Amino acid sequence: MPESDILVSARGLTKRFGDFTAVDGIDFQLRRGEAFGFLGPNGAGKSSTMRMLGCVSPPSSGELTILGLDPVADGSVIRARLGVVPQEDTLDVELTVRENLLIYGRYFGLPRQLIKERTARLLDFVQLSDRASDQVEPLSGGLKRRLTIARSLINEPDILLLDEPTTGLDPQARHVVWDRLFRLKRRGVTLILTTHYMDEAEQLCDRLVVMDHGKIAAEGSPRELIDAYSTREVLELRFDPSSHEQAAEKLAAVPAERMEVLADRILLYIPNGDGALASVHDLGLDPLTSLVRRSTLEDVFLRLTGRRLDD
Amino acid sequence: MAASGVLAVRELRFWLTDYRRTWRGTIYSSVINPMLYLGAMGVGLGTLVDKHGTAHLGGVSYLTFLAPGLLAAAAMQSGIGQCSYPILGSVKWNRNYQAAAASPLRPGDIFHGHQLFVTMRLLMNCGIFLAVMAAFGAVRSPAVIFALPAAMLTGLAFAAPVEAWAITQNSDRGFSVVFRFVMIPLFLFSGTFFPVTQLPAWLRPVAYATPLWHGVALCRGISLGTLTVGDAFLHTGYLVVVTVAGLVVGQRTYRRRLHA
Repeated sequence: MPESDILVSARGLTKRFGDFTAVDGIDFQLRRGEAFGFLGPNGAGKSSTMRMLGCVSPPSSGELTILGLDPVADGSVIRARLGVVPQEDTLDVELTVRENLLIYGRYFGLPRQLIKERTARLLDFVQLSDRASDQVEPLSGGLKRRLTIARSLINEPDILLLDEPTTGLDPQARHVVWDRLFRLKRRGVTLILTTHYMDEAEQLCDRLVVMDHGKIAAEGSPRELIDAYSTREVLELRFDPSSHEQAAEKLAAVPAERMEVLADRILLYIPNGDGALASVHDLGLDPLTSLVRRSTLEDVFLRLTGRRLDD
Repeated sequence: MAASGVLAVRELRFWLTDYRRTWRGTIYSSVINPMLYLGAMGVGLGTLVDKHGTAHLGGVSYLTFLAPGLLAAAAMQSGIGQCSYPILGSVKWNRNYQAAAASPLRPGDIFHGHQLFVTMRLLMNCGIFLAVMAAFGAVRSPAVIFALPAAMLTGLAFAAPVEAWAITQNSDRGFSVVFRFVMIPLFLFSGTFFPVTQLPAWLRPVAYATPLWHGVALCRGISLGTLTVGDAFLHTGYLVVVTVAGLVVGQRTYRRRLHA
């Protein structure tokens, strides 16, 4: 692969705040046109990593190269080529939709006429054209997010950074955002996103890293991660709370690759779910509900960190 | 990469766009406030003061004595006011600073861009104040126009350090402390309403150390035509040093806050 196709390269990247180490020596590379995700629970170090990538937080140690440049010495030049969708909206709610794009475009030194042309195109892309003259304040969370995405594209960035792009949105609004991001990806825009939703990571990311306690626990495509860290199928069993623990002890006899005892259910990791369910019944156990499903990234996460993603 | 000044001007343009929403109200108060103070204190109270002789005031009417002092004090209030709540709002509530920091602008550009805006507002406020002074007949010669840059510098000597500090704040609790224990005492005891020589001897050095006293002395010296070259350098130099110190420190505090 040619060197110029590597847009971001991090080695031993570390961020400390006083005694607290938010990001603990992570390595990764990002290629042009890729959708790359950081998956992890709150406090895993995703946002600190994103702030370093956005050149608004100098690394404490390690190496970081973005677009072939040093983020500390050339932060301004790099930021001119990035698009940023922050976790919390930073829109000017007292201005109109269109004025928000104008103000932001001017931060990048773009001429008024160019901003005007791009604004029309971008508002069309995020389906906000009919709200162009409306004030931002009363817009719903989903519309504000779409406006933030439009704004982040005003400088036609080489890399788009999205920090938890759909956190706090209702399911419908999330799907619209996903759809727009998917279209951007298809156009070849390089995306870096953080999320604590597995479905978001599975839908959007070509490649992702699982972060926990500031470290990278695993790296690969969603499929690779599931193949490497989980079984083909998972059997989920729910018992009466009074017999939950007893059942867990008995289930040790079922030949599963792994068993997770959660507060409300028990997960058995096995190649064949229906077969395992038959063995459960053979043991004389009678679960309230049972479900056979494919492994997901959530299972990978549970395996790697011992915790559920939304804990 | 764009030069620093160019980037600061981009932040200035943000504030100008923002100001289009609120300028009417600010013009109103920039006209009304000097009228109220000059009317009540200068004319009303001044009539009584002048009956007791004006020797302590250097032989001019109380209104003429007071007006340049009020000009400097108004510049201070404007400088502190613009660099307290709007800064906390930008970093905490509105978060327009975070938006700017994600663009090519560096923290220092964001800081200096706002200071440019404050300078522009001081030019407007102090200019209006001078016009009101003239309308009240509190002006002795056209040379008073030099009190405009003097008053603006006084405002900046408060604006720059206060903004350098305001960006470090997480709530507005500190602001009321500054308003109550810095701004109001300075307003009352830095020579605005009466010569500092009227203060007890032990308190005078405190007054001499404050930027407002230098601003008042500079504006008054220009307005009354009594300023010596030595005093002009002393007061201007003091105010410039305080302003530059604020601009330098603010670049650091802005970086710490926006590039943590």
